[in-house]
Amino acid sequence: MHDYSNNHNRHATVPALLVDELSVSFSMYGRGTAKADLDAIRALSLDVMPGELLAVVGASGSGKSVLAHAVMGILPKNARVGGRILYRGEPLTEKRLGALRGTEIAFIPQAVDYLDPLMRVDRQVIGTRGTRAAQEEIFARYRLAPEVGRQYPFQLSGGMARRVLFATAAVGGDVKLVVADEPTPGLGPDLCAKMMNHFRQFADAGAGVLLITHDVDLALGYADRVAVFYAGVTVEIATAAEFASGGAALRHPYSRAFADALPQNAFRPIPGRQPYAGGLGKGCPFFDRCTERRTDCASGDVPMRALRGGKVRCLHAT
Amino acid sequence: MRLNAKLVAAPAARMVLLLICVTVLSFLLVANAPIDPLTMYVGTESTLSDAAKAEIAEHWGLDDPLPERYLIWAKNALHGDLGTSITYKRPVADILKERFALSIWLMMLAWVFSGILGFLLGIAAGVRQGTAFDRAVKVFCLILQSAPAFWIGLLVLSFFAVRLGWFPIGMAVPMGKLAADVTLADRIHHLILPVLTLTVVSIGKITLYTRQKTVETMDSEYILFARARGETRGQIVRRHVVRNVALPAVTIQFASFSELFGGMTLAETVFAYPGVGSATTTAALNGDVPMLLGAVLIGAVFVFAGNLIANILYGVLDPRVRERGDYA
Ligand code: SF4
Repeated sequence: MHDYSNNHNRHATVPALLVDELSVSFSMYGRGTAKADLDAIRALSLDVMPGELLAVVGASGSGKSVLAHAVMGILPKNARVGGRILYRGEPLTEKRLGALRGTEIAFIPQAVDYLDPLMRVDRQVIGTRGTRAAQEEIFARYRLAPEVGRQYPFQLSGGMARRVLFATAAVGGDVKLVVADEPTPGLGPDLCAKMMNHFRQFADAGAGVLLITHDVDLALGYADRVAVFYAGVTVEIATAAEFASGGAALRHPYSRAFADALPQNAFRPIPGRQPYAGGLGKGCPFFDRCTERRTDCASGDVPMRALRGGKVRCLHAT
Repeated sequence: MRLNAKLVAAPAARMVLLLICVTVLSFLLVANAPIDPLTMYVGTESTLSDAAKAEIAEHWGLDDPLPERYLIWAKNALHGDLGTSITYKRPVADILKERFALSIWLMMLAWVFSGILGFLLGIAAGVRQGTAFDRAVKVFCLILQSAPAFWIGLLVLSFFAVRLGWFPIGMAVPMGKLAADVTLADRIHHLILPVLTLTVVSIGKITLYTRQKTVETMDSEYILFARARGETRGQIVRRHVVRNVALPAVTIQFASFSELFGGMTLAETVFAYPGVGSATTTAALNGDVPMLLGAVLIGAVFVFAGNLIANILYGVLDPRVRERGDYA
């Protein structure tokens, strides 16, 4: 476990990214002409400080990938977005985003499919906002041979492709926010560790890193804080250290169970299934599976609140 | 790039088979059609004696058994002798040479115009998927695709040539003008309406195809990533869409030589344009077997050439095929 708490950037006061009660729903045409709204995210709140690596964790299907697309402004046309997204204290409007994407705000996708199959790697890394000189320097930094630039994406090995994707983020120059979507599946443990180091480097250089991952175990070794996502809502934000030490230090019954289910902890899975975000009504989304539920949990709002240095969305957490 | 044997050998074998099938079929169709080539040759009001008629039939081999007639034709064709046309009373090879020179202009111009316009229109519609413009393009192309080529030709003819009188109603050169006096301008003037017709006939397919490929490309993850990296729609179209859509579009355009040849035949017939197409129609109507087989042969070779180019081009243009193995 690293200790990053000495990092001076952690004392900055304006978050690189602040997401406040974000909601995303998709309007779909079902049978007939009835239009139904599918909720992907219901209430997502988190903040990423400069120099900090925040891991967003949660079982698959909790809507975490949509978060990355919402921040980057690349949701499909049928998406409806509510809540606020602030970048360095100012709303991230479409216009602002247009100017900042690819320079200050970088997206690191998960797979080589995100590269144009017919364009050589060097031109892709340069993109519309980088320079040849920057690309060559970054290739050296990521130990990519200059010849790799002349190749096409299909010729890259898994590890090389990941480094190329990192290179696309670094080429903009002054990266202040990195949004990464599930970047690790399909890699061996060595490569995973290398990837996580690359993320850590972005944070150590002063950028805020929002890392969306299903591999909590891996992320805990590199992240400063962890946001736990459940059925379209953030249920808790805790430090990585609290998370790694097992459930006891955590605030929310779900994250406690989640932490306990990790291999290095007791590995006790929680019974029941995560409900689909769109199928939920009022009250706490964890109600059905919660061992500490009380009658008032089933109705009314369950807001996110500060507790013991972290945040929790539970009426009865202490 | 190494010319892959597989890339050429298999299509070549298919080609030989195709030629045999097409010629046998055409041969059977004409030989069994209720048209008497002898009557067509001598005319219905001929005063020739039966003996003279029999001599002519003998000369053309009209009474020989069918398999024998076909084999004789095939043997001569292999030696480069396509026989003599009953209708035009000249060697088929000479007629084809003259007429194909006219047809190829018509086909290539329409091919290039429909290809370029269809590609641009398809991309413009595809990146605006779901808008009124996109829907209009789609409906327009579907109508064109389902409309018969000769009907489009007749519309073009009646509007531009008859109503407006801008263009001649037919032929390749002004009527009654000596061959030596025909200018390039005359030829172009006569070519415009057939080319327009064939372009309109061909544009639906390539537009719809390009549009579909554009929609698929716009939905891809690399376009999403390009947006996330701050590329504008114009940059995305120029840098990624054109490149990724051009590859299949060029291929399909070469593979469409069969439709092009078919459309050309109808366009030439409507405009009485003296190319291979109108000769094919005439030959078929007159029971002129050598002429028809010659035309069918040249059509099949033309279509085959298009398919072969499409196959080879894919290997040249697509780096995934071209450079496979180089870094393995
Ligand atoms: S609000 Fe109630 S039901 Fe929800 S997690 Fe807390 S105690 Fe459990």
